[in-house]
Amino acid sequence: MHRALLNASRRVATVRSMASTVEGDAFRLSEYSSKYLGHRKAAFTEKLEIVNADDTPALPIYRVTNAVGDVIDKSQDPNFDEQTSLKMYKTMTQLNIMDRILYDSQRQGRISFYMTSFGEEGNHVGSAAALEPQDLIYGQYREAGVLLWRGYTMENFMNQCYGNADDLGKGRQMPMHFGTKERNFVTISSPLTTQLPQAVGSAYAFKQQKDNNRIAVVYFGDGAASEGDAHAAFNFAATLKCPIIFFCRNNGYAISTPTSEQYGGDGIAGKGPAYGLHTIRVDGNDLLAVYNATKEARRVALTNRPVLIEAMTYRLGHHSTSDDSTAYRSSDEVQTWGDKDHPITRFKKYITERGWWNEEKEMEWQKEVKKRVLTEFAAAEKRKKAHYHDLFEDVYDELPLRLRRQRDELDAHVAEYKEHYPMLETLQSKP
Amino acid sequence: MSSRAVSLFSKCGSRISQTRGKAHFTFQPSTTLPAGLENLEKTKMNLMQSVNEAMRIAMETDDSAVLFGEDVAFGGVFRCSLDLQKKFGKDRVFNTPLCEQGIAGFGIGVAAAGATAIAEIQFGDYIFPAYDQLVNEAAKFRYRSGNQFDCGKLTVRTTWGAVGHGALYHSQSPEANFTHTPGLKLVVPRGPVQAKGLLLSCIRDPNPCIFFEPKILYRLASEDVPTGDYTIPLGQAETVRSGKDLTLVAWGTQVHVALEAAQLAKEKLNADVEVIDLQTIQPWDEDHVVESVQKTGRLIVTHEAPISSGFGAEIASTVQKRCFLNLESPIDRVAGFDTPFPHVHEPFYLPTVHRVFDAIKKSVNY
Repeated sequence: MHRALLNASRRVATVRSMASTVEGDAFRLSEYSSKYLGHRKAAFTEKLEIVNADDTPALPIYRVTNAVGDVIDKSQDPNFDEQTSLKMYKTMTQLNIMDRILYDSQRQGRISFYMTSFGEEGNHVGSAAALEPQDLIYGQYREAGVLLWRGYTMENFMNQCYGNADDLGKGRQMPMHFGTKERNFVTISSPLTTQLPQAVGSAYAFKQQKDNNRIAVVYFGDGAASEGDAHAAFNFAATLKCPIIFFCRNNGYAISTPTSEQYGGDGIAGKGPAYGLHTIRVDGNDLLAVYNATKEARRVALTNRPVLIEAMTYRLGHHSTSDDSTAYRSSDEVQTWGDKDHPITRFKKYITERGWWNEEKEMEWQKEVKKRVLTEFAAAEKRKKAHYHDLFEDVYDELPLRLRRQRDELDAHVAEYKEHYPMLETLQSKP
Repeated sequence: MSSRAVSLFSKCGSRISQTRGKAHFTFQPSTTLPAGLENLEKTKMNLMQSVNEAMRIAMETDDSAVLFGEDVAFGGVFRCSLDLQKKFGKDRVFNTPLCEQGIAGFGIGVAAAGATAIAEIQFGDYIFPAYDQLVNEAAKFRYRSGNQFDCGKLTVRTTWGAVGHGALYHSQSPEANFTHTPGLKLVVPRGPVQAKGLLLSCIRDPNPCIFFEPKILYRLASEDVPTGDYTIPLGQAETVRSGKDLTLVAWGTQVHVALEAAQLAKEKLNADVEVIDLQTIQPWDEDHVVESVQKTGRLIVTHEAPISSGFGAEIASTVQKRCFLNLESPIDRVAGFDTPFPHVHEPFYLPTVHRVFDAIKKSVNY
């Protein structure tokens, strides 16, 4: 017993002496750096200092042009050719005109719901143009310009808003919930932020492919970034090293909630490095800046490092046709943003200066687009909706017996009470 | 994380449970195997091993298949993924951050991209953080896209049911929470043979499936399991004991309670009870149960989950409607009480053999 006590005493002394040497400190710092802090250099400090979040500098906002569309640093000009530039401009303006017409049609009760993209056209087209066709896109709901850029037709937009039989989604979702497998745009759903961790999973699956040249891109708003799924997605993307771009449209509002009531930190980009996301904040109303940032982000993502882009912009329109935004922000604020910094105006200068555009072409183009939108609108309005049997399909891959019985019940009911279902006339014949 | 730590003691807990006294059930190996499996070579396996085997076969036969969740890399807290990372690599069997909504959403995305996703939620009790992803997203993915996209290659495995000492958050049976969601398939096996066949069916089914594994059976349930690749069809119930006097429906561990109660009823009441293992809770095999009740004239449904809005209610209502003229006594349900799952009072909470026996007695004497 006496000998055991001596040994124990010696052991304690040894531990104490080791802990006080440089050797112990070096060991711990090495462990912290390599295993706890993602290979960032760990260091001790004897200065008691709590980091003041309010003092951390904001990430700067990358831009190529100023508010009136002048290129500031020529080395950053992507120098688009005429064809690409005109396609970009036409996509933005086509979206803008379609938005005006569909917004009005909802006011007239011809479609049930609509959400415009006013003020955010630049970040849609700028980012979409920097991606490859095979890149899989997950959206929120205010990214119609991405679809337009990818060739989603005006007809498809109208069919979805009307929910007629030709709608790719078969009339099951509210207007604005677009999707197209052919163009790699995953069908939009209303629950916010759910698409973020999904996009990460898809990116992981792509990474597994040999010689992968495909990334996932997921769009979301600043408000959606407050959901728990955003935290899940950012963390999973970093730890599982996924080829993904997180594209946040920070437009200042989540319906009526201003960003001052959404977060207390340095926006959304400020969260990026904390998760291990490679991050940039960009002028969302500068198509050229958005394009450059997204193109570089894609390159980084393909090395299996997730990237976060926060595009700073402003929601010029109401949140949706169910919202009157004058109830929580002044018309002056909206007018000022629209007058002083509009993505379409800025880019128009780019193409005008190069002699590719002028007012005469503008007038012709506006007229042409209006005609096309109205034509497709009228055509979609006339198309019949799918037969009600369609409401039972695609719940599973096949129709379960129990569900088929429910369909049969409805058939018998409609046969007996058809005069009380006037909508039957607007449906296609039984398949 | 301390509350999760109980899982690390589950092995000891299981041993203590055996020492302390009899488990609330006795596992009954399959007496007849599904068609085609009789002549296959067999090996003794417990439930944990049969699940492991099913996942190994799934990953061997499908290069896209990945298995992920909390702690699956080292073999999982119930050892279901033992050695799979060694065999298939870190990019196919890997740990995720501790976040169930992330696990489910990530799995949906993997499946939407065309790969097979086997996601693990460590305890059924912690599936609720993923509820929005499963109910609003996974279940509706195909429908809302007009069948342009789907996440059919997603299977979510999770542990399930009572374990003797799991209390509120390691004992739950949440299947009824999901049966009210069209678009999901829900499956609960009663033993190693069923677990392997049903899990392989889930993994290969083109619909998102939730597979609930009765954790009390992981080590206690052992039987000869066919060694090769085989599947048991989803959506089909199985009559595990024939009878002419009463139909008793159960799933998971409760099937063994039902079998024991049926045996007791034969001995003491001379009643011939037919026991049906539902196996797939959604879409369930309505016709199989209806045909049985048309023959016996009586129905009792029993499950560990609380009685109000438990899945027994759906079965009872449907059978009442379809078998109205055949029913000789009211349909009864023997289930957990409408309380959270208690720690020290578990023996009084569970729908035990004798509670089921008593229900049988009251039914045949009605």
